[in-house]
Amino acid sequence: MLDLILKGKRMDNRGPLDYRHLTIVPGVIEKANGSAQVYLGKTKVLAGIKVQTGDPFPDTPDDGILTVNAELVPLASPSFEAGPPDENSIELARVVDRGIRESKAIDLRKLCIQPGKKVFVVFVDIYVLDYDGNLIDASAMAALGALINAKMNAYEVKEGEVSYKDELMPLPMKDYPVPISSAKIEGSVVLDPCLEEEQVMSCRLTVTTGKDDRICAMQKGGLGVFTVDEIKQVVSTSIAKSRELRAAIIEKVR
Amino acid sequence: MASQKLVRLINQSGLRVDGRRLDELRPIKLEVGILDKADGSAYIEHGKNKILAAVYGPREAHPKHIALADRAVVRCRYHMAPFSTEERKSPAPSRRELELSKVIREALEPSIMSEYYPRTTIDIFIEVLQADAGTRCAGITATSLALADAGIPMRELVAACAAGKVEGQVVLDLSDIEDKQGEADLPVALMPKSNMVSLLQMDGSLTENEFKQALEMSTEACRRIYEMQRDALRSKFLVAREEIAEKEEVAEVKA
Amino acid sequence: MGLADVVGNKLIVVPVKGAYIPQIDDIVLGRVTDIGLSGWQIDIGAPYPAMLPMSETPIHRGREGGGRRDLSHIFGVGDLVLAQVIAFDRTRDPLLTTKGRGLGKITSGRVVRVSPAKIPRVIGKKGSMITMLKKETGTDIIAGQNGVILVSGRSPDQERTAVEALYMIEREAHTSGLTDRVRAMILEKMKGKMVG
Repeated sequence: MLDLILKGKRMDNRGPLDYRHLTIVPGVIEKANGSAQVYLGKTKVLAGIKVQTGDPFPDTPDDGILTVNAELVPLASPSFEAGPPDENSIELARVVDRGIRESKAIDLRKLCIQPGKKVFVVFVDIYVLDYDGNLIDASAMAALGALINAKMNAYEVKEGEVSYKDELMPLPMKDYPVPISSAKIEGSVVLDPCLEEEQVMSCRLTVTTGKDDRICAMQKGGLGVFTVDEIKQVVSTSIAKSRELRAAIIEKVR
Repeated sequence: MASQKLVRLINQSGLRVDGRRLDELRPIKLEVGILDKADGSAYIEHGKNKILAAVYGPREAHPKHIALADRAVVRCRYHMAPFSTEERKSPAPSRRELELSKVIREALEPSIMSEYYPRTTIDIFIEVLQADAGTRCAGITATSLALADAGIPMRELVAACAAGKVEGQVVLDLSDIEDKQGEADLPVALMPKSNMVSLLQMDGSLTENEFKQALEMSTEACRRIYEMQRDALRSKFLVAREEIAEKEEVAEVKA
Repeated sequence: MGLADVVGNKLIVVPVKGAYIPQIDDIVLGRVTDIGLSGWQIDIGAPYPAMLPMSETPIHRGREGGGRRDLSHIFGVGDLVLAQVIAFDRTRDPLLTTKGRGLGKITSGRVVRVSPAKIPRVIGKKGSMITMLKKETGTDIIAGQNGVILVSGRSPDQERTAVEALYMIEREAHTSGLTDRVRAMILEKMKGKMVG
């Protein structure tokens, strides 16, 4: 495989910048406010959205709350064990969260019901079902698909009381962040690493970009190192790729 | 706590709230070998950050099954003291601390020649006694010294510093208020001799050009911090090599 | 610590501190931590537990069956043992022997622990330091490569002086003219003792 990569080819005949086949199926879980299942090559991730009410944080009384959690359930891989979230699932959740939060993808201000008293809490739960590499991108795309797909009850506030109407409305979305993960293998960089590539890579760099090409999150992972030039190159490539995938995701989910 | 009133972070003369220029580091103080029981230790003050780093190892792997046949297992625990932040922080490890423990370990491990100690563990403990933004970077800078203090062979030291964006300007080494109110935070760790980046994270909003600027700024600062690390080591360890017996001579005496 | 000097492309580390990594033929002083069916587990201060098999002790001839109780009569848990490393590589824990002159259970004397990296300084060039220590304090000193040193003298005062000298060497290992300063310190102490 290493020989192939050095020649610019990969095991599955992909080019270094090619993503595996991507399918997103929105609305698979009807009881959730929103959901989306992503198939990225053989990696499968399901994201579910629940919208509930709660108290705002004291230092942001006018904003709704976003919380992202990820589960690497044991059935997804022989290497996943049952138990509390380990550093990998925590990192995964936090990187996906950063992308959504820092790009202000959800207009949290519009999720405020009563300033200082009551806000909507958006729970994004990421469920990894089949691990074949690149969980970050697959999870974030599932989360994004679920957010676009999500519906919440319209509501009105009368005399301090919240009453829900029957009509449904989408979440107030302002941006559609997409992370692009690159793996460094023996000095070459490939996008969307599959499992075998992740097992031999020295390190990984994820770059999340929003709709106006603004970088909103980055995360280097793994025990290897990057040169400054490699980083600049990866960032350039990722911004372009993110644009491409964002359009595809929005189209598939709408 | 009521939400903080927003203040102007950069004034007309281009100076920041603490009087620094855009590319100026906060003051840094480094001390090596300050703990007795740890195999290696170091203390850093970076701005108002006060952070202790300790290394235990290489030591026997416990539990045995985590040991690797060909190298040492490197473990890292980043932890903040409850009194380190404005609002008391619960002593239980938070998700943030767990994520930072991971990225810090990944920042330092490339510099450690762990193949020298198969079937052992090298444990890193970072305690943030007082936090003022940039704790992971300061922790990495101190831990690199603690590893050296423990006598663990390393390819080179690792120095770390964050850059960011404040009021539309790319700035170096964010302070707490700049981190909270600014537009981007970019922590970076660098192995300065080989010029390799071992930690890179970002949150906020940056254009590609702003990112390149911030990356250059932080890597350059890492090189400056590296010089401070070397001074801290040099002042502690001056070896009069002529006085030390050569290995062969030691063997003679024993026989 | 590893103070790094870059020579060409290689990094050279001058250890001033550092874990004890056993080498074959090292003489080490260790403590028995466990007794197994055919030998003892010894803590030699390395990140690997050392094994002393019964077959590597001079006492084992003619013993059949054995078992824990027999082994503990030779060395019990907590006993101090002077041994030599006969095998060690990256894939297994160090193997020790007590077959050799002077090796075996240590029952008297004082134990001093210094960083293993300082042992060459304790011995000195061509043994100059350790010879001086033994002569001036009138004690016998065995310096284990693992940083554990055994001091035995006829009087506690002599042993105490030797111990102080060893700690002084550990503290000031990196300075020059140490041998002379340590000798001066010893003579000072010994003089005081003889008068008092």
